[in-house]
Amino acid sequence: MTFNNLSRRTLLKAGAASLAATALPFGIARAQTAVILGIVYVGPKDDFGWNQAHAVSVETLKSLPGITVVEEENVPETDAVAKSMESMINIDGANLILATSFGYYSPFVVDCAKKYPDVQFRHAAPLWNKDKDPANAGSYFPYLNQAHYVDGVAAGLSSASGKIGFVAAKPIPSVLSNINSVLLGARSVNPNATVQVIFTGEWSLPVREAEATNALVDAGCDVITCHVDSPKVVIQTAEGRGVKSAGHNASQAPLAPKGFITGAEYKWETIYKSYADNIAAGQPLPNFLVGGYNNDMLRNTAYGAGATPEAITAADAAIAELKAGTLKIYKGTLKDNAGNIVVDKDYDNYDPYLDGMNWLLEGVQGSIT
Amino acid sequence: MAAETADLAIPVKRVSNVRVLRVAEALAIPVGAMVASALIFSIFLLIIGKDPLQFWSLMWTGGFGSSFSIQNSMQRAAPLILTGLAFAIPARIGLTMIGGEGALVLGGFFAAAVAIPLVSNLVPPFITLPLMAIAGMAAGGLWIGFVGWLRHYRGVNETISSLLLSYIAIAIMNFFVEGVLRDPASANKPSTMPIGDAYRIGSMPGTDIHWGFAAGIVLAIILWVLMSRTTFGFAARMTGGNARAAKAQGLPVGWLMVVCCMIAGSCAGLAGFFEVAAIHGQANASLVAGYGFTGILVSFLARHNPLTVVPVAILFGAIAAAGGVIQRRMGMPDATVLVLQGTLFVVLLVSETFYGRFKIFQPGSLGDRV
Amino acid sequence: MEQIVTVLIAMLGGAIRVSTPFMFVALGETLTEKSGRINLGLEGNLVLGAMVAYATSYLTGSPWLGVLAAGGAGLVLGALHGYICKLPKVNDIAIGIAFMSFGTGLAFFFGKPFIQPSAPHLEAIALGEWTGNSALAQALQVNPLFFVGIVIAIVMAWGFKNRKWGLVVRMAGDSAASAKAMGVSVDLVRFLATAAGGFMAGIGGAFLSLSYPGIWSQGLSSGQGLMAVALVIFARWDPIRAIIAALLFGAAGAIGPSLQSVGITQGYYFFNAAPYILTLIIMIVSAGSKASAREAPGELSITK
Repeated sequence: MTFNNLSRRTLLKAGAASLAATALPFGIARAQTAVILGIVYVGPKDDFGWNQAHAVSVETLKSLPGITVVEEENVPETDAVAKSMESMINIDGANLILATSFGYYSPFVVDCAKKYPDVQFRHAAPLWNKDKDPANAGSYFPYLNQAHYVDGVAAGLSSASGKIGFVAAKPIPSVLSNINSVLLGARSVNPNATVQVIFTGEWSLPVREAEATNALVDAGCDVITCHVDSPKVVIQTAEGRGVKSAGHNASQAPLAPKGFITGAEYKWETIYKSYADNIAAGQPLPNFLVGGYNNDMLRNTAYGAGATPEAITAADAAIAELKAGTLKIYKGTLKDNAGNIVVDKDYDNYDPYLDGMNWLLEGVQGSIT
Repeated sequence: MAAETADLAIPVKRVSNVRVLRVAEALAIPVGAMVASALIFSIFLLIIGKDPLQFWSLMWTGGFGSSFSIQNSMQRAAPLILTGLAFAIPARIGLTMIGGEGALVLGGFFAAAVAIPLVSNLVPPFITLPLMAIAGMAAGGLWIGFVGWLRHYRGVNETISSLLLSYIAIAIMNFFVEGVLRDPASANKPSTMPIGDAYRIGSMPGTDIHWGFAAGIVLAIILWVLMSRTTFGFAARMTGGNARAAKAQGLPVGWLMVVCCMIAGSCAGLAGFFEVAAIHGQANASLVAGYGFTGILVSFLARHNPLTVVPVAILFGAIAAAGGVIQRRMGMPDATVLVLQGTLFVVLLVSETFYGRFKIFQPGSLGDRV
Repeated sequence: MEQIVTVLIAMLGGAIRVSTPFMFVALGETLTEKSGRINLGLEGNLVLGAMVAYATSYLTGSPWLGVLAAGGAGLVLGALHGYICKLPKVNDIAIGIAFMSFGTGLAFFFGKPFIQPSAPHLEAIALGEWTGNSALAQALQVNPLFFVGIVIAIVMAWGFKNRKWGLVVRMAGDSAASAKAMGVSVDLVRFLATAAGGFMAGIGGAFLSLSYPGIWSQGLSSGQGLMAVALVIFARWDPIRAIIAALLFGAAGAIGPSLQSVGITQGYYFFNAAPYILTLIIMIVSAGSKASAREAPGELSITK
């Protein structure tokens, strides 16, 4: 009596298919559009962060011919997302689903993909497994830690004390990699630089994010950066305390006219446009699409008043190397902050070993438990 | 405002049975209130320049318009039935216990934790799943039972203690899920070890709704019988009416409170079990989805009647299911549903004032004389 | 030693920065509950107040006008609550929870355009410049609303004891029958007390969006209004104790981040839950059923 067998046997699917084919009286004329793209966000679309970065990129698709976009925001990582995706398929006739939150993947995207083999599912995290997961599912993800490395370079040369504060949501690999990359970037230009991290435990908790920022400034950090869903509070609080800041997810430059250095930003539109092009050309979508600076999936926010001229020069040089693919971030021999050797060779920036990161490097103050 | 449902009362005229009149009243007033809130919300839509007709037809499509939509609404209702019961039972004994959220999270967490050694030793699902359910119900039951105990024996107000314990329960779950019980493979979403597809509870045959929905209905019936047809229920309701008098009568008030709270916690814990066994396959932060808090509203609208909790929960499920369609088709923000829900709740609750006010439903009035 | 000082300074700062919204909501609820009615829905007033304050400050450029507008929005919700609850058979707790949903919904719905822009903030008063310690100076950046809250609490505590209006409110809350016998309109008193309570909760919201953390977003409150209502029971319906409870709660909230900043990082979930754990422990230790029962307003549905 497994879940999948039962799902396949349901009457629902037959009923739903006939519904999608016949009854679409509510506005979406299916014949004229080749692609009906359904996109699900975990939070509000205008959160100054993760969801907004996706929403802004999807906006660029709406003007393209042959694409209809249906969007749903604030969908939690529960069966609500499974039902929302199914509803997009059954009621709106969606044939491409973009699921943009990490926790959507397993089991929801995987189960839905098995249940609707004619619909394409793409999920924003490198989780798709060729051997286990359905062929109509897939992953896309830019490795933002490359842009955080650039943040680190600029911060290392813009900080007087060499102490960088990092407000982090949860101790998971993608966050840890950003913290470690900021440290490595800063150490590449200032060998004495350190990073101090405070975990808030939640993706969005404005009051505690402000408290954490204040605690880091009180501890002597003079550059603050972060990895939370909506960095507005962190950047604004840092500016209010008169320290410099580096952003995350989307551009926060206007929030800190005096102290903003630069910020790590996704370029989701590169991925979304490539999907649209594939569909227009009648080609299958790639199952696994990851990248970084070398294939135009990232950018750093334009330098603000907090970036020193040396910082700008060094950061631009790092970006050029990342674009050329000649810069490796995790290389040589590196110890974690408990003294264990965690890196013993030069790793490619996309090496799967780094996806499972569960350590903070020596030079980072903080612990993951 | 409920007056426009007078047409519903027509068949009643010929019957003189008091009971029928009461049922008619109990149907007509909520339906009238729903119509009234729909009218109010339509005016709101007109003011902000949206088409009410399109809105309501989409609500119907998304909530009940097809077999898919109906099942979508019922699936979303499943946890709300159980958390609604979790508020309703203590409410009958006079307690405002708002900690269903914490009991759900803790129940789900314990269910998943118990599963780890059982699944890894290949204990078959028909043994593992009941043990998980028991663990979830016990965890939730003891957690909320503690609230009842604190209330009676330490004089700690149950509203505040249950709210505080909710936050603490979430912290406990997060601590273990990101700590010792974390599955190393759950890289970017810290979770306990998945129970695996073979152990997951499927949907009810021929449907796409998980078994938590059926469990909720069965429990609603059992608890309705318990609360309205047994000595226990009578004693509990008497305590709820006047605790001091109940005590003077020699009723074991403290024990009744603790038991009602344990039943409540077990309901919420069972909801947590189903979230783990039917939905997530593991425990993680997604258990904190607000079902416990929504259950409070469900229970109030159901007037704390275990049977009425079921349709009210389905109504909530339908509104949530249709909310997505509204976002997608009308480009309205997700908060639209919140405004609609708020309007509906307020009007429905206000409508309670009309019970006993319409002559047509009163024995001895027009209805009786015909 | 230095670490302890750091944590203590952070707790002082936390108490001042974080407590104000709790203070306003708790004081508003104290007034409402003293009159014999409970409004569990002040979370809705808080969130709507936060949005209205931010929007008004952005559109007019005046944060104090925003504070006033937030109070007005809270007043309207509170007055509606007060009016509806006087209808027979209507349950005030249920209406409160419905208004929580309604107020939050309105705030999210109309607040969309104000998430992005930056609105002018309330200026804080720098009381700690003389210390020469930047952390202490920061901790003593006090928002004027903080003092307004304390003044309101003192006025309320004094009024409840010494003024006729205080007596009338208490009488309506303790025994509707005797209030009626004295010719007091219990419904009117409760209506006014609920409206005024709503006004204060709205101002608490203005503090969130215009001072600390100083943004408008849908995740801004994270249940602070609900928690503040619970603190009223903790404070046993005493305005001064409500202030102390809010301060303790704010201070405890600073424990989590500041312990991490001095290098104590293990178990941060429990440190972050410190306000809830400490409140519960204090309640269990201090709550003899007799004391709290004696101080609860007799007409309150939640304590009956």
